[in-house]
Amino acid sequence: MKRERVPAVIVGAGMVGLTLAIDLARQRVPVVVLEKAHEIAQGSRSICQAKRSLEIWDRLGAGEAIRDRGCTWKRGRIFHGVRELFYFDLLPQPDHKMPAFVNLQQPILEEILRRRLRDVGGEIRLGHELVSIQQRGDIASAAVHATDGEYGIDADWLISCEGVHSTVRRALNLPFAGEIFEDKFLICDVKMKAPFPAERWFWFEPTFHPGQTALLHRQADDVWRIDMQLGADVDAEAERDPARARPRLEAMLGHSDFEFEWISIYTFQCRTLQSYVHGQVIFAGDSAHQVSPFGARGGNGGVQDADNLGWKLARVVAGRASADLLQSYDSERLAAARENILQSTRTTNFMSPRTVASRILRDQTLALAAQAPFARALVNGGRLSTPAVMTASPLNTPDDDAWDTSIAPGSAAADAPLRTSRGDGYLSEMLGDRFVVLANSDAPLPPNMVVHGETVDVLQFGRDLHDSLGLVESRYDLKAGSAVLFRPDQHIVMRARRFDPAKIADSVAKALALRQYRSS
Amino acid sequence: MTLKLDIQIDDPDAFYAALATALDRAEDPAALLSRLALILANQIGDAATLEAAIKLAASERTKT
Repeated sequence: MKRERVPAVIVGAGMVGLTLAIDLARQRVPVVVLEKAHEIAQGSRSICQAKRSLEIWDRLGAGEAIRDRGCTWKRGRIFHGVRELFYFDLLPQPDHKMPAFVNLQQPILEEILRRRLRDVGGEIRLGHELVSIQQRGDIASAAVHATDGEYGIDADWLISCEGVHSTVRRALNLPFAGEIFEDKFLICDVKMKAPFPAERWFWFEPTFHPGQTALLHRQADDVWRIDMQLGADVDAEAERDPARARPRLEAMLGHSDFEFEWISIYTFQCRTLQSYVHGQVIFAGDSAHQVSPFGARGGNGGVQDADNLGWKLARVVAGRASADLLQSYDSERLAAARENILQSTRTTNFMSPRTVASRILRDQTLALAAQAPFARALVNGGRLSTPAVMTASPLNTPDDDAWDTSIAPGSAAADAPLRTSRGDGYLSEMLGDRFVVLANSDAPLPPNMVVHGETVDVLQFGRDLHDSLGLVESRYDLKAGSAVLFRPDQHIVMRARRFDPAKIADSVAKALALRQYRSS
Repeated sequence: MTLKLDIQIDDPDAFYAALATALDRAEDPAALLSRLALILANQIGDAATLEAAIKLAASERTKT
């Protein structure tokens, strides 16, 4: 059997696998993506692409194409029966490059990501199915079935991005336990012209679907996502029939002028692996963890996995960091998955109370919310995806100073507009994908520093950028003299009230998990 | 978090009578108690106090 050797093999060409592949290819890591399907899977599936995902894709050169192709929104409305209880704004703060959310059907998104991967020299093998895997020393050996026969591929690192039904996870016999939710949901995309705004509308006990919940989202190309809770006892096969679904939608929409593009029934579980790094095999996205769809935390969580892993794996493959660095992927993303599962489970329990008593509490919360603003905060129709805040990361350098901002080591970069010699832009564009120090200093500073083999770029106010609206300074509490260190995935790892090269060098070493900074 | 277990209510008998009357007259007493718990929780606000109160209410020693 033919065999080949590749530094990185990604199994699965969904949004997570493609994001990671682009990131690695841009960092000159030879990468092969194996995808068992011969074509992009149809059915819009994931649609809500969160701001953080858009910023990650923008760093990889695909963010603007995705934003411009999709349907931008930031406002949601919660209804109880026919009454609107309240609305919320997911990005009340202006002056960010990316919106709160873009709704874009997953096949369109994946096509954009595939084009981007081709542009940066990555390789996708469609119709190549991983059929077995063994770990031998520091090699993951996979057998791959393709149309023209079977072959072997040896990878320094094999990353499973296959989704919930991961072959790799099963082959390694890893437990994937969690909570099972029994309610079934009708999910469909319909094509129609409709006057509804680009907002997320969520109903508790709507008159058109008594006793259940319903969700409406606008997507690109006049396609609308409708999600309806059906309960635990319905016949999934029967409910999947468009003839059965159509009257439900007609009752909701008040007309019959729509065509089905996609229809399915789903149930879900909330679960995670207990570790995402197993020898030379790493798990990301739904291969590693699964949540309910309410909150858009599945796909967006997976994209954050890829973002977290890409810079670390590239440095390990290049010999610029040891495999110790990958342990931080495990701890940071496991914490993020647990947070997503917690939020997702709370939403599900609010939507589907499990006992008579909890239903009374839920119903009375909804009743109070119509009169008392405080109760609206308790209504949980989905806590939407936000960037993971890795406060407890071992890669962070703790603060020595006081700061007047919610942004802290572990936070993702907050965007802000600025001006450079090339014109107006955004901070997120300048941070790129390397270590960067942002310094509000009048002192002469070097344009970069080389520490522990890493080039750390120094972006200085007045020299490299002009904080024309003062928003960089205010959002980071970056008073004169202060400096913030970002790691390559644009998360903060250190900040100080003065530019201190020795402290920056120590923090970069810590962020690379270099041996002398490990706690044990 | 230590809950205040000595009396804080100004007129205990009047409060008890008012609550009992409201429950007696309620079409759905469980719903009334739920709303009341939410309204009072919002007056307290503090997460640790609320957590301790839930634990105390759910504990064996407060059951009859």
